[in-house]
Amino acid sequence: MNSTQNLFQGRINEGKLNQLDRQERYTLFGLTMPYLALVFGLIIFPIGWLFYMSFIGRDETLSLDNYRRIWESKAYLRIFKTTFQISILTTLLCAVLGYPLTYFMSQLSKRWANICLIGVLIPFWTSLLVRTYAWLVLLQKKGLINTLAVDWGLWSEPIKFVHNTSGTLIGMVHIMLPFLILPLYANMRTIDKDCLKAAANLGATPTRAFWTVFFPLSLPGLFAGLLIVFVLCLGFYVTPALLGGGKVIMVAMKISDNIELYYSWGAASALGVVLLVVTMIILFVASKLVSIDQVGNRN
Amino acid sequence: MMSIWNGSVSETQIKFKNRIWLYAVSIIVLFLLIVPSLVVIPMSFSASQYLEFPPKDYSTRWYENYFYSIDWLQATWTSVKVGVLTIFVATPLGIMAAYGLVNSNAKTRSILFPIMISPMMVPVILVAIGLFYFFVQFKMVNSILGLVLGHSLIAMPLVLIIVLSALSNYDMNQEKVARSLGASRIRAFFEITLPQIKFSIVSAALISFLTSFDEVIISLFVSGGDNSTITRSMFLALRDQIDPTIAAISTILIIISSVFLIFMQLLGSPKD
Repeated sequence: MNSTQNLFQGRINEGKLNQLDRQERYTLFGLTMPYLALVFGLIIFPIGWLFYMSFIGRDETLSLDNYRRIWESKAYLRIFKTTFQISILTTLLCAVLGYPLTYFMSQLSKRWANICLIGVLIPFWTSLLVRTYAWLVLLQKKGLINTLAVDWGLWSEPIKFVHNTSGTLIGMVHIMLPFLILPLYANMRTIDKDCLKAAANLGATPTRAFWTVFFPLSLPGLFAGLLIVFVLCLGFYVTPALLGGGKVIMVAMKISDNIELYYSWGAASALGVVLLVVTMIILFVASKLVSIDQVGNRN
Repeated sequence: MMSIWNGSVSETQIKFKNRIWLYAVSIIVLFLLIVPSLVVIPMSFSASQYLEFPPKDYSTRWYENYFYSIDWLQATWTSVKVGVLTIFVATPLGIMAAYGLVNSNAKTRSILFPIMISPMMVPVILVAIGLFYFFVQFKMVNSILGLVLGHSLIAMPLVLIIVLSALSNYDMNQEKVARSLGASRIRAFFEITLPQIKFSIVSAALISFLTSFDEVIISLFVSGGDNSTITRSMFLALRDQIDPTIAAISTILIIISSVFLIFMQLLGSPKD
């Protein structure tokens, strides 16, 4: 039956069918065009231009001047060091704080877990500026934390938390935590609880079952979360600019200063290219390890 | 009481008391996630112009300050306008692209998808200075159009991801059925597919608005003058001097995002 169908209909309409097929594929491809045009016009093209600008030195000729300056200058080196330090610390703190909470949520019934999830989503959808401002209020010398701590005798003198590294770290961890929790939670929910039952059945203690069964299975989610937090931290601007008080200078802030204060597109572009290349290398290596879909899914 | 204490709470028969630390840590972290943002609410009713917490006297002067300030109101209006326009750019483009991707072959998808989500992968500061350069060339700095394009750029990948996940749970053969019955592809989409993914589309639209409304860095670079967004004005105010009017605005922003969030939770993601 099938072969006769092929013999007759297939051949007779083959040309026409192929044409329709092609037409449909072009139409569908056309649907993605406006989107792609915006991405190409507003991201890929401008960044290509930044790339070009980064090779234009002060004397308006092609040179590696800007990169040489980044490489040789102690100030730039320090900025990169600060950026990496803050990003790594923030990522680790997020993991330490986020993993237990996410584990706890994954053990709850769906209903309670959803209530906790709202608790994670509220800060996620609260404006970055609002949260940064809140920490500014809480952490300053006369702020709530210092007042309480002095009253309770935790420390005798008010400690300055804002406008330095500790303030920046606290603010960034608070802002990044949901980015770690959400992919991790999605992953932990998919872990089959029967695996743990089986482990217990075979005589594993709860601790052992957790470390040999649950933890390895949660690694893809943890990894996706760590990755997105780290990459976001590398390019972070708002919180360090407001909570760092000019003492914590990260790459993104330097890029912005180079343009707003010094109109130095070359220097800014070179920094931007370095930041972009580092980010892309990390994402590329990571995409070989986990599926990129898991990264950056805000839902 | 003892039975709860010694009761097993997971598949591995771990006892409640051995896990008490987990509950403690989780509750503390959850507390730290939610509560700090809320301090701005009492702050906004403070009578003092210094950041003292808790405030000694209460007043509504910062709200008056906000509602009587032409600058703040104009900035708010700009943000709302840009947010709404972003919905109308990002959502249709995102839906179209998602539909195209779902119906294309795996190879095309694997090439196009990373390009499409690149606005999420490239550090925002680079997107911002790239746009700034581009808009300078076309005299679009400080224009509403520039802001809408910039915000749509970062909202589109979110729309794309949400609609893609909705379409991946949807059986495209339903459209084929409609078309075999004589409906055009467009009609099949609007009458069969769209109603089934409408909740995802609404939440994608809400997310587009919030993304635009909360966006700081692109606004910082490409907006200004009369078309300054509220986030830009807030950032500059926070950097230069701390004016408690920001507490009042923050409270308003918290209310707006909470309303949106509750709305989205009520809609529910179709997967649940």
